Amino acid sequence: MNLQIASRLAIFAVLELAANPERQLSVGEIGEKYGVSSHHLAKVMHVLGRAGLVRSVRGAGGGYQFVGNTRRTTLLDIIQLFENFGTRDDDGAPGANTSEGATLREVLGEIDDIARATLGSITIATLLSLVARQHRQPKPAEEPRELSKA
Amino acid sequence: MDRTMKASEDEDALVIRAVRATDVPQVIALDQRITGLAKAEYWKQAYERYGRTRPNERFFLVAVPASKKAGRRVLGFIIGEIRAWEFGSEPCGWVFALSVDPDARLLGVGEELFLAMSEKFKQAGMTKMRTMVARDNRLHSLFFRGEGMMAGPYIQLEKDLS
Repeated sequence: MNLQIASRLAIFAVLELAANPERQLSVGEIGEKYGVSSHHLAKVMHVLGRAGLVRSVRGAGGGYQFVGNTRRTTLLDIIQLFENFGTRDDDGAPGANTSEGATLREVLGEIDDIARATLGSITIATLLSLVARQHRQPKPAEEPRELSKA
Repeated sequence: MDRTMKASEDEDALVIRAVRATDVPQVIALDQRITGLAKAEYWKQAYERYGRTRPNERFFLVAVPASKKAGRRVLGFIIGEIRAWEFGSEPCGWVFALSVDPDARLLGVGEELFLAMSEKFKQAGMTKMRTMVARDNRLHSLFFRGEGMMAGPYIQLEKDLS
């Protein structure tokens, strides 16, 4: 499955800020790590602010701060701020009104339900633990560089 | 061996220990309070099966306050067993019951029960533990995910027989 870019950026921004709720980060600092423009990220931060997950701090050293609850906010909560995740609307799609179309919709709906349940069961706190685990895992040994072939 | 968390003088300290016959009425009452269903016979049988037989592969643990002043109220329980070669799966630990008194939630009771069960499985040589959660059971899903559980290699399937 794919997420829209805004959803991905929002998840990354929340993770950055929630990892240390005392810290304030500017959109430039967050954007630099993930290789995205401040302009794009600013729109995302605005939506997160309206949802009460982050707040902007003005003044020197200002930026954004996480103010949500890491143990109550799930990935699905964030994604749904930016996209209608898992709400399949194929009424106008070719063949939608056939038995085959209905059967296909049922199978795809099963996938959506599983994805929704998965995203709805992973909180920001859980995701931060998974990120920490990822950091602790030894990096795979670098493959020996192949000499250029003649 | 009992597992005691926090200093024993701490009134929130817990002991996680094997279930006893005297705990069973409290387990029945706790389950009834949570599910709304009275299943006395089921829990008596669960006690006989998981609390009294094959102690190296069946585990029925309860959480009680460490302080005697707090009484011997059962704050939660967990049941698990080692299952081998179901659907070709190598032996692993299965957790199939976990309940915490609603008045004792957010105190770490569930986590301590989970950790104690993990320890039992590890001591028995297991390297994996599994469970199954209803897709719409947000409370259990959040808890098990929070303990680091991820989707496993199996998908549960069913068929309507009506």
